[in-house]
Amino acid sequence: MELVKITVTVNGQRYEREVPPRLLLSDFLREDLELKGTHVGCEHGVCGTCTILVDGVSVRSCLMFAVQADGGKIETVEGLGTVEKLHPLQQAFREKHGLQCGFCTPAMLMVSKELLDRNPNPTHEEIRESISSNLCRCTGYQTIVEAVELAAQLASGGSHERT
Amino acid sequence: MKPPIFEYRRPATLNEALDLLREYGGDAKVLAGGQSLVPMMNLRMVHPEVVVDINRLSELDYIRLDGRTLAIGALTRHQALLESEEIAKGCPLMSEAYRYVAHLPIRNRGTLGGNICHSDPSSEMPAVLLACDAHIVVASHSGVRQVAINDFLLGPLQTVIEPNEIVTEIRIPLHSQDEGWAFKEVSARQGDFAMAAIGTILRISGGEITRASIAVVGMGDRAARLSGVEQFLLKQRVSKSLFAEASAKAAELVNPDSSHQASAGYKRSLVETLVARTLADAAGRSNA
Repeated sequence: MELVKITVTVNGQRYEREVPPRLLLSDFLREDLELKGTHVGCEHGVCGTCTILVDGVSVRSCLMFAVQADGGKIETVEGLGTVEKLHPLQQAFREKHGLQCGFCTPAMLMVSKELLDRNPNPTHEEIRESISSNLCRCTGYQTIVEAVELAAQLASGGSHERT
Repeated sequence: MKPPIFEYRRPATLNEALDLLREYGGDAKVLAGGQSLVPMMNLRMVHPEVVVDINRLSELDYIRLDGRTLAIGALTRHQALLESEEIAKGCPLMSEAYRYVAHLPIRNRGTLGGNICHSDPSSEMPAVLLACDAHIVVASHSGVRQVAINDFLLGPLQTVIEPNEIVTEIRIPLHSQDEGWAFKEVSARQGDFAMAAIGTILRISGGEITRASIAVVGMGDRAARLSGVEQFLLKQRVSKSLFAEASAKAAELVNPDSSHQASAGYKRSLVETLVARTLADAAGRSNA
């Protein structure tokens, strides 16, 4: 099978790899780069679990081939924060119980990052609209919406409310 | 759930892309936003020998005014169209319809050209373009042709495009000042495929309807105009009872299939309701 050389920057680190054209970007991240934070659910663009940011905008990584990301700048959940220093979104998801099983969480975090990057003070409705691209079967979404609201407050240096 | 093996080509210009299509013809598939093609490849419903990835053809990514026509490059992403002020001003029906189109990650990738080439019967944009009398510009090595959207769409996943051709531009006549518009849809969930949707444009002069364009989504093989209802409305004076009669006529004229989401009868009654609502809104928005 034909291999194509690609260069991508993932979470600030540059990678050069040879990939077969049919390799999905989601599988490239998980298998070739061993970044397993990006989850894979339906593999046809419905569940949203594999959503990452490519050149600053959210995309389904199961609907892009790795070769298409050549030269691109990719952000995945691994680039958000560390266990010692959580990203405000991660901190907020933890405090508001914005996750239970955690399967949808990496993508929920990435679409929420895109939202807050574009709109630091989203309304309740805007948050709901933003996460509507992603399925969660545990939380019922309420706590996710609350987590994104809290993250917006945290990021803007607002009060660290606990309820 | 993994796509089949294919050869990958990534032209840098439209001419290179047309060269490749001349060379590979029916063995090749053009990859634009990939939000329909890649799922179909993942599900092994299609298996092209060669994928011609046109995502680097920035020459096909634009929204510009060309006299009284909006010219949209085929590779323009849905989200760019949704956010465009030129579209909001020149084709507000499209802006309104984008409220119902998919989710942000899909709109960030999906393109208008790809959308119409996919010709999904439950997709909004073919109906918007039908209501607007849009034309599609199609290029091949032997030249360029323009096709009216009504002739362009054949049926589910079928258009008049030949294997050596690429859609390069979508041309939409500007709405005129005295026209009102409305797009409304019912789907099971936000961003999901339409069970039924209606796009309507009305021009009213001195209380009399001088143009009526009504396009329907989700009934039959492809988006279509409800020309029987349009004819009925022309030269009539606007009134509640006229719109009620027109909506009832629309419900009679459509021929919906039952689906797992909605029975034919339910879809028919959605059409009646949506036609009534879009007529009322369009009339309210027209300047006359």
